[in-house]
Amino acid sequence: MKKQLVMIGNGMAGVRAIEEILKLNKEEFEITIFGKEPYPNYNRIQLSHVLQGDTTVAEIIMNDWDWYKENHIQLFTNESIVKINPENKTVESSNGRITAYDKLIIATGSSPFILPVKGADKQGVTGFRDIQDCEVMIKTAESYKKAVVIGGGLLGLEAARGLIDLGMTVDVVHLMPHLMERQLDPTASQMLQRELESQGMNFLMEKQTEEILGEERVTGIRFTDGSETAADLVVMAVGIKPNIELAAACGLEVNRGIVVNDYIETSIPDIYAVGECAEHREVTYGLVAPLYEQAKVLAETIVGKRESTYEGSITGTQLKVSGVDLYSAGEIMDDPSVKAIKVHNEFDGIYKKILVRDNKIAGIVLYGNTKDSSKLFRMMMAKEEITDLTDISLLQKAGEEGAEDIGSIPADEVVCGCNGVTKGTIVEAIQTQGLTTLNQVSGCTNAGRSCGRCKPLVNDILMHTLGDSFDASLAKDSLCGCTALSRDEVVEEIRTKGLTAVKEVMNVLEWKQEEGCSKCRPAINYFLGMVHMDTYQDDRDSRLVNEKMHANIQKDGTYSVVPRMYGGVTNAKDLMKIAQIAEKYNVPLVKLTGGQRIGLFGVKREDLTAVWQELDMPSGYAYGKTLRTVKTCVGSQFCRFGTQDSMSLGMELEKKFERLDTPHKVKMGVSACPRNCAESGIKDLGYVGIDGGWEIYVGGNGGTDLRAGDLAWTVTTEAEVMEYSSAFLQYYRETANYLERTSTWLERLGLDHVKAHLADKNIREKLNDRLDQTLQRYNEPWKQAIEDQKVNEKYYSTKEVELV
Amino acid sequence: MRRIEVYPYSKLYEQMGQPVTVGDSNIALFKLSNGEVHAIENRSPHPKGGILSEGLVSGHYVFCPLYDWKISLLDGLVQSPDTGSVKKYEVEVEDNKVYILLD
Repeated sequence: MKKQLVMIGNGMAGVRAIEEILKLNKEEFEITIFGKEPYPNYNRIQLSHVLQGDTTVAEIIMNDWDWYKENHIQLFTNESIVKINPENKTVESSNGRITAYDKLIIATGSSPFILPVKGADKQGVTGFRDIQDCEVMIKTAESYKKAVVIGGGLLGLEAARGLIDLGMTVDVVHLMPHLMERQLDPTASQMLQRELESQGMNFLMEKQTEEILGEERVTGIRFTDGSETAADLVVMAVGIKPNIELAAACGLEVNRGIVVNDYIETSIPDIYAVGECAEHREVTYGLVAPLYEQAKVLAETIVGKRESTYEGSITGTQLKVSGVDLYSAGEIMDDPSVKAIKVHNEFDGIYKKILVRDNKIAGIVLYGNTKDSSKLFRMMMAKEEITDLTDISLLQKAGEEGAEDIGSIPADEVVCGCNGVTKGTIVEAIQTQGLTTLNQVSGCTNAGRSCGRCKPLVNDILMHTLGDSFDASLAKDSLCGCTALSRDEVVEEIRTKGLTAVKEVMNVLEWKQEEGCSKCRPAINYFLGMVHMDTYQDDRDSRLVNEKMHANIQKDGTYSVVPRMYGGVTNAKDLMKIAQIAEKYNVPLVKLTGGQRIGLFGVKREDLTAVWQELDMPSGYAYGKTLRTVKTCVGSQFCRFGTQDSMSLGMELEKKFERLDTPHKVKMGVSACPRNCAESGIKDLGYVGIDGGWEIYVGGNGGTDLRAGDLAWTVTTEAEVMEYSSAFLQYYRETANYLERTSTWLERLGLDHVKAHLADKNIREKLNDRLDQTLQRYNEPWKQAIEDQKVNEKYYSTKEVELV
Repeated sequence: MRRIEVYPYSKLYEQMGQPVTVGDSNIALFKLSNGEVHAIENRSPHPKGGILSEGLVSGHYVFCPLYDWKISLLDGLVQSPDTGSVKKYEVEVEDNKVYILLD
């Protein structure tokens, strides 16, 4: 009969221990896990992203229900253990279930420390620890305005950032004069505070909470100095305390945590404690990396190997608060026994400090740029003499790092701290499994799958390893896993070999996957259309869903329909038509889009062609890697400030460039004066009317890569506007990577380069010619779907079969 | 086991999905470049769901159109690094007719 292994708690450290046990011996145990939350194991580190709305609960699940099933693990969620009985070797659950164990793992984690002040039990006071806390905060933000976060540590600041994103006004209360005083020195701390203040956080420093005010629900906080602040929500983020009550009650030795030895054994045989609830050599850990180390040792102990011991962990703290990279390790504060090497670059918001004692690194604080962290941490741990490194440079020239640095990282150094993945493991996976992309490396090794902070380093290792096995000069980005060729090489082959079809490209260039993948097929189709300007036969089935269907797929499989409204200008006739169609087809949502037009959302696939036919308007291409919209202000036709006719120029631009395939979507804005109501500063191409002409801004972005456009040219006539815009667009089309926005493309090439290139009238003319030639190729896609029976049948038909 | 006629073979296009509803089941038919027809449930195993019929087809794989998961049409298995599976239906083709076998 199998031995019974029972685990109390279903969090990251415990489940990792189970994974390690399964790796060592799949057969020995029948495993039962009790978790008090109603979820399978999720990534608690990512909770702040859930709060900030960047991700969802579903996306942070690390071991889904199927994992438990596949590994024959009995999982009881929503069920906590209330009693351990070491004599009979049983545990009792909140439902009265008695379960016998041969081995018992306690992995109960920790709870937020709730300040023992008057009123702490009022409604609206919460910790920030689990999914439920997140949900409370999100819900509160829907109907309340003012939040107070108590605690200016990492957790508190993450909570505060999330609450700001949820639309609340946030005060952060901190007892000490500096934020994150255990990780940062006063200089770095002040930099962080200034940055966060500019993001809208308000700080109440050196305040001690005396009482939470309010009737049933919290209304405010009073501090010991007598001052008060209003609050609809109070988040306590002052620290965590290990959950040890259960262990203490059954006679286990506890201190701050449950005491374990170097084998992760507690004071009673066959009972183990791992994770935040455990105390090893008088230290409890809260970061994931040491807990995963404990889990590994525990697994060996439990299966009876007892070879490894846990020796405690010294870790650096690498974290990201509200977009600011921070790192610290070892000692933090200057004192007479250490000498500090400091670089404080206020201009770029970068601060680096190394504390040196007896020629060895004793502490590291990095703010704003943490690229050197692994190198410095390694030197500190190895107690390397830095005497020979008098030229140790904190400010390196761009390009000086990279290959050489990666080469000097020892193979056993942990690159992904969360998952304990070493450089050696990554290199081996790349070499033995022929990996070529970051995603593949993550998929095979787990590196970068928890907090994601190490991804740049993993990518550097990938580049370095590939560079070694081919030729150092050949390290490059391949188009996708189907080929070793880069974007530029594929385009070059298309040109020199005269390739004209997607299949032909994949065939001639010996694609590993005969029919490509969702990365390369759309890219090749684009490249072919860019090279063969007016003759290319578009391969519609190599486009992804939205471009293939000429409508945006919604999450329920319906589509949105957004007709073109040139320059955001419409009329009564079109509006009536849209209204009638919305009514006739029961369109669930009619909404003004961000690009000044009207979207019909939730149209059924089989209704698409009929809706388009009745609309009798061109597609707005709200789904395409192409020109989306040209946003315009009213301009000189009506506005008293307008110096130029922005609507006319906007319509002219939209009519000229609509349907043009581009590497990624392109948005334009035209404002008639520098008040810039059309937000031209954050468009791929933005125009601002001035007295006697136009300013042309390029590379702006209001989305993922927020970037203000650069003023590239000031011109006097609309003909010049068209000439420069066409030249810019065509140059972007010919040189950008597929799916690279103008913002990142411009950063890569440099504004000066692009301006210098387009300063040549001859070059501009040629670019204009090639663009105009390309534009002749396009037809109206909605019209085609209506008129071409085959297109209609192939893409828009559905069928229902009744079962009789 | 029931054998249900669902679609004319000649109206299926290579490297394309075709949604059909059979009773209460939403099914996506896929015709591969080699002419084979495969049928799977028209629902992505991604936690957020979504349909599969409009996905890009490459070899015997379809890429989920919403989240880009790669799914084998031969056995319905999601390819790594993602995991999961989608229900697969047996298909027979006879006289230009595509049949699905239902339990």
